[in-house]
Amino acid sequence: MSDTSFVRTEMLPQKAPPSTSVGIIGWARANLFSSPVNVVLTLASLYFVGYVLTSLLPWVFLSVWNADSLTECREIMNETWGSTHGHACWGVVNDRWLQLLYGFYPSELYWRVNLTLVVTLAALAPVLFAEKTPRQMLWLTGAYPFLMPWLLWGGSIWNPVVAALGFVTGYVVYRAVSEIAGSLLAVVATVVAALFWWFVLAAPAAALLSDIVPLTIETVESRKFGGFMLALLLGVVAIGVSLPIGILLALGRQSDLLVVKAMCVGFIEFVRGVPLITLLFVASLLLNVFMPPGTNFDIILRVMIMMTLFSAAYMAEVIRGGLASLPKGQYEGADSLGLNYWQAQRLIIMPQALKISIPGIVSTFISVFKDTTLVSIIGLFDVIGLSTAIRADTSWNGIYWELFAFIAVLFFVVCFSMSRYSMYLERKLQTGHKR
Amino acid sequence: MSSITDPPKANFRLSMLIYDTRYRSATIQIVALMGFMLLAAWLIGNAVENLNALGKTISFGFFHETAGYDINQRLLDYQSGDSHLRAALIGLLNTLVVALLGCVTATVVGVFVGVLRLSKNWIVAKIMTVYVEVFRNVPVLLWIALIFALVTESTPHPKTFRGLDTGAVVVTNRGTYLPEVLFSNSLGDISLFGQSALRFDVSLDLLAIVLVLAGGFFASFKLRKRADRIQEATGDRPTTWWQRLLVIFVPLGILLAVLGLHFGYPELKGFNFRGGTHLRNSLIALWLALSLYTAAYIAEIVRGGILAVSHGQSEAAGALGLRSGRIMNLVVLPQALRVIIPPMISNYLNLTKNSSLAIAVGYMDITGTLGGISMNQTGRELECVVLLMAVYLVISLSISASMNWYNNRVKLVER
Repeated sequence: MSDTSFVRTEMLPQKAPPSTSVGIIGWARANLFSSPVNVVLTLASLYFVGYVLTSLLPWVFLSVWNADSLTECREIMNETWGSTHGHACWGVVNDRWLQLLYGFYPSELYWRVNLTLVVTLAALAPVLFAEKTPRQMLWLTGAYPFLMPWLLWGGSIWNPVVAALGFVTGYVVYRAVSEIAGSLLAVVATVVAALFWWFVLAAPAAALLSDIVPLTIETVESRKFGGFMLALLLGVVAIGVSLPIGILLALGRQSDLLVVKAMCVGFIEFVRGVPLITLLFVASLLLNVFMPPGTNFDIILRVMIMMTLFSAAYMAEVIRGGLASLPKGQYEGADSLGLNYWQAQRLIIMPQALKISIPGIVSTFISVFKDTTLVSIIGLFDVIGLSTAIRADTSWNGIYWELFAFIAVLFFVVCFSMSRYSMYLERKLQTGHKR
Repeated sequence: MSSITDPPKANFRLSMLIYDTRYRSATIQIVALMGFMLLAAWLIGNAVENLNALGKTISFGFFHETAGYDINQRLLDYQSGDSHLRAALIGLLNTLVVALLGCVTATVVGVFVGVLRLSKNWIVAKIMTVYVEVFRNVPVLLWIALIFALVTESTPHPKTFRGLDTGAVVVTNRGTYLPEVLFSNSLGDISLFGQSALRFDVSLDLLAIVLVLAGGFFASFKLRKRADRIQEATGDRPTTWWQRLLVIFVPLGILLAVLGLHFGYPELKGFNFRGGTHLRNSLIALWLALSLYTAAYIAEIVRGGILAVSHGQSEAAGALGLRSGRIMNLVVLPQALRVIIPPMISNYLNLTKNSSLAIAVGYMDITGTLGGISMNQTGRELECVVLLMAVYLVISLSISASMNWYNNRVKLVER
């Protein structure tokens, strides 16, 4: 019997997958048209996207850039397209972008603001991208807190130098005293010496030095600060200062010392319970009441203090979350190695806790930066305050969307890059197993 | 031969306060407390000195003075001749109104967006991502200003409605008008607290409706319990859904018919609409901006919560033979809620605190009344700001207390 079925002796070559399940068509079938509901959703979304783009793109691109007033803009629009509707008047941005960025800062001194921005980025670089930048750049980061105010506010170079010397004095005293007496005594001596330097010796020393070598750049008063520069300034200061304060507050809240814990909890809950705007009211109306009679310190400084305290409270809660999520074994392990409290915090606890809290820390940064716009309510001219001021000008009366769009783009760029950076950092510090 | 001896009793030395762990914590705490008290004393001393120099004393007597300004969006009656206390009360209610509206809308939008962001449909997921990123990365104050400009600048003027003259919902550049609920056989009001600043009218109609509704819900609850008992005993569950709906809605319908429910529609009279419930643009802008802004955060929380429930859970539920709706209700959501609720609380708190930005669009909330016009008129900055902070603290702490109570109920009970 030889009616055995046909048996193939060699393998068939592989066939290409059907064209409906690969490539663009396959992708669209899987991701856009997988079920009747999805078809409806996709069509509705496509219609929505098309509608938004067809109204937005002509508005953005078929627009007027060269005009000195809204009336002129409208005339140009009527001449070119026959209607004023659906076309942006970027003339206002073209006319006022310097003001929106720099506020009322003297225009011949814009280079100082630009330089500050460059220095800020350079000082941030070794912190943000530690392994890609030379370590020597950390010196710039150290000098930054003294350099930045001098560049922005101006005055004699000896002021920041003398202020920095306070830290040097403290360091020298610490080294000297800690050899003779214990470390706690050394800390006390350091604080006393530094305070003595700042409050007693610094002013005459600065005056003397500037008499000998007068190195002075033009002073700019705080009331000329404004625009996006003000948001960046407040943001950088509040973010930079609030992180260490937040860490201390979080540690205080976790501490066994009842009094310290109570003070930290009280502070954190109070600040988190009230809106920032009330704290800014305190800065603008009340802070001078609580200072010795006759003190009248700068409104921007007052706002900075309040914003820093505000963000420190939020930062503390974020870091507390990180501390709480560390397994108890880490604390016990640090104890069993014989580390004291601060060594354990510095070497074992904080590196892990901070790593866990990176997303929270960065979102706090972002919200602090966005909250700097609130200063417009207490009368400082940040971008939103300036946009109102520009609208009060007769030539730009009635312009809204172009200004809002410009401001929104400014904030979006900064905040979005911060959130992307946090994702990068999370990936970089990820030491666990990747799945 | 060795013997265990007590360690030698050291004499107390001053340095032990610092170096001996038995005393060190007490030393640190006492120093911290003293420092804190010194700081407080310094601040208060300065304040007293400064206030003396200005010839001011701290007093809340200004509360009984005439406020003299108008509040156009309000829940209770108020005239400009009323006191500052009444104005602050109206402002407080306005804060609570916008916070409540905002929280509800933000939750609805946020859950919707968060779920859609997980959709397998690429374009829907991308649109939702764009929404979330755009709203989270631009300051809320800008959104408030932008939406306020949108509702005032691109909505029609009342005069464009000439010829139409009425409508159920009218959107104009002077605000939105909604139909108003009226009763022709109204039971009247009860006035509480006489003519004082806290005076308050309780509508008996509303009270009757609430009572009837509560009774209906109670009866419906009893019906469900009875059905549960029958199911336990016999295994058959009687169909009760129509009975449960009837006991709620029939008495309510009868009551509304007796009271003579009808709607008052807004009508164009002169240059403006009259009648109906008038929502000012300031309220609408603040409400929409706060809701959309917070919804972007809530969407992320919801997404994170759903992702946090491991896939094995829904697969196991499927293996037990549960239907997909039941898998969602009985397995996934209860676990996701545990992750979602704590950050949700802090977003509700943020929304409530952000409602203080009402001052930017002229919505008269507590910041606009007590911290705004009242403060400027009386010059009592210290009292007003302190009180304002206290009010917000009380609101925040009560929201977080009630939400924590709820959180503790749904929390996984561990060892």
